[in-house]
Amino acid sequence: MNARRIRRRVVNGVMTGLVGGLSFLAVLALLLILGNLVVKGASSLDWNFFTKNPVPAGESGGGVANAIVGTGIIVGLACLIGLPVGIGAGLYLAEFGSGRLGWTVRFVADVMNGTPSIVVGIFAWTWLVKPMGHFSALAGSVALAILMVPMLARTTEEMVRLVPHSLREAALALGYPRWRTSLRIVARTALTGIVTGSLVGVARIAGETAPLLFTALGNLNFTTHILEPMQALSLQIYTYATGPFDEWHRLAWAAAIVLMGLVLLLAVAARWAIRQRHGAAR
Amino acid sequence: MTALPIEPVAAPESRWGVLRGANVGDRVYRGALTVLAVTLPLLLAALVSELVVSAWPAIRRFGLHFLWTSVWDPVAGVFGAAPMIFGTLASSLLALVIAVPLSLGVAIFLTEFAPKWVRQPIAFLVELLAAIPSVVYGLWGVFVLIPFLRAHVVPPLRAVLGWTPFFDGVFYGNSLLAGGVILAIMIVPYIAAVSREVLLAVPSSQREAALGMGATRWEAVWTAVVPYGRAGLIGAVILGLGRALGETMAVTMLIGNRHDIGLSVLQPAYTMAAAIANEFSEATTNLYLSALFEVGLLLFVSTVVVNALARLLIWRVARGTAVGSRAL
Repeated sequence: MNARRIRRRVVNGVMTGLVGGLSFLAVLALLLILGNLVVKGASSLDWNFFTKNPVPAGESGGGVANAIVGTGIIVGLACLIGLPVGIGAGLYLAEFGSGRLGWTVRFVADVMNGTPSIVVGIFAWTWLVKPMGHFSALAGSVALAILMVPMLARTTEEMVRLVPHSLREAALALGYPRWRTSLRIVARTALTGIVTGSLVGVARIAGETAPLLFTALGNLNFTTHILEPMQALSLQIYTYATGPFDEWHRLAWAAAIVLMGLVLLLAVAARWAIRQRHGAAR
Repeated sequence: MTALPIEPVAAPESRWGVLRGANVGDRVYRGALTVLAVTLPLLLAALVSELVVSAWPAIRRFGLHFLWTSVWDPVAGVFGAAPMIFGTLASSLLALVIAVPLSLGVAIFLTEFAPKWVRQPIAFLVELLAAIPSVVYGLWGVFVLIPFLRAHVVPPLRAVLGWTPFFDGVFYGNSLLAGGVILAIMIVPYIAAVSREVLLAVPSSQREAALGMGATRWEAVWTAVVPYGRAGLIGAVILGLGRALGETMAVTMLIGNRHDIGLSVLQPAYTMAAAIANEFSEATTNLYLSALFEVGLLLFVSTVVVNALARLLIWRVARGTAVGSRAL
């Protein structure tokens, strides 16, 4: 009897240690990846890196200015397309989404949320690149927007649903028409939540590579023309990491720091926005 | 600004119409939102039809043979996707074997054992793993993970298990093992976040009852909490599988990209997503392109099925609560 009690105690201790150790391992993986990025890339982050365009293979020096600007343009354009559609669809789901159409949209959004990004990439290719006859930043932005819209619709819906019904009733009782109630009272109240969802959505598409492979394609030169092929940081990292030159590998690590920094900034900002909301609610 | 009708002699009916919200502004607002919402089903329909139309020549030419033949010869125009289907399944299963204990451990630790003050920070750090772009995982895998595997993991594995067919052959770096390990790290945050929400949704009376009967904390977790949330936990794992199936960049950079079916995890393999990423731009014939579209279609259908299954299971456990909303 006593031996059994000791055994149970030991099992308890061992398993507690084990799950703690596993958690430590998961955090360790994150710290290792971030640590390696800093160690291998930070030394290459100089003025040239941010201001110069790539130089031909084999030469040293050069930077990724074109890719930084390209990522900005492609992601910005994706937001212009994706944010209104995603947030509008989310508002529809929250305000009018109790019927059959609402159910369908919700189901479709969930299905599209799990779609592999490479599949969206080849879809954008058949839809835009093939008819237009050339690769373009615009096609890349559309692909990224398609990835962002379903997620945005669902988070917006959730956030708007959290708004207490009494607010809506108060506005309607004061003679506000429904559309103004919905926009000025309900959506306004849920605004921080919607902003959080948008930031998470942007963070998710900013690092995407697969949808850009056959749409934005990449470009060695600096361009701001959205109907031309354009370089993005993620594409640049892919090219440099799989290439044979040490110089390229060095630049890949540095570019990865920049991309990671951008994504982390968005993720932390989203986190901060949530804090604000909970703070205000209390 | 007023929403009342400008009509000076308004009949009672129209005034009631205002109150019921049937004015122009409301109709425009509702119409605009409906148009935006309808975009989603239309997009999905366009996506599915484009994939089917583009894949049709290959579907008609090869039929079901596409699924279980292994010859992939663009020059001869013969395509069979069995090696990539095998590679996709093998790498995802390998990833699950590693990721499931890890993420369940994280979820159990965070909900049941960890002191209150470390829960939020650890949960945040694990979630950050999901924020790292796939291509950065690939970069890290090529220059850090593969050298590490070569130096510290593969030699002991071969010493102990080298006699089995799973650890046969020479390890060159890019391999099923490297792809599986990177996939595992990538899906841990998803499985952990959803599992954690599922465990949080288990009523505390379950724990209290077990503890009250004299169970140790671990016994309470293992006999009362985990079984209660089993369907949700399985859902979380299947959700991770869905992520792993469609993951492209990191796997493309690490798995070795070889059209071959082999049992050894030390050998290069191929996945469906990697095949599209590598070969799409060099597909010169229509049939070649069409075969790649069929691979894309297969990938799409399998992720849809897997995700639907996962959602069903998760919903069953915690209906009403926003389970894993952030991770989904």
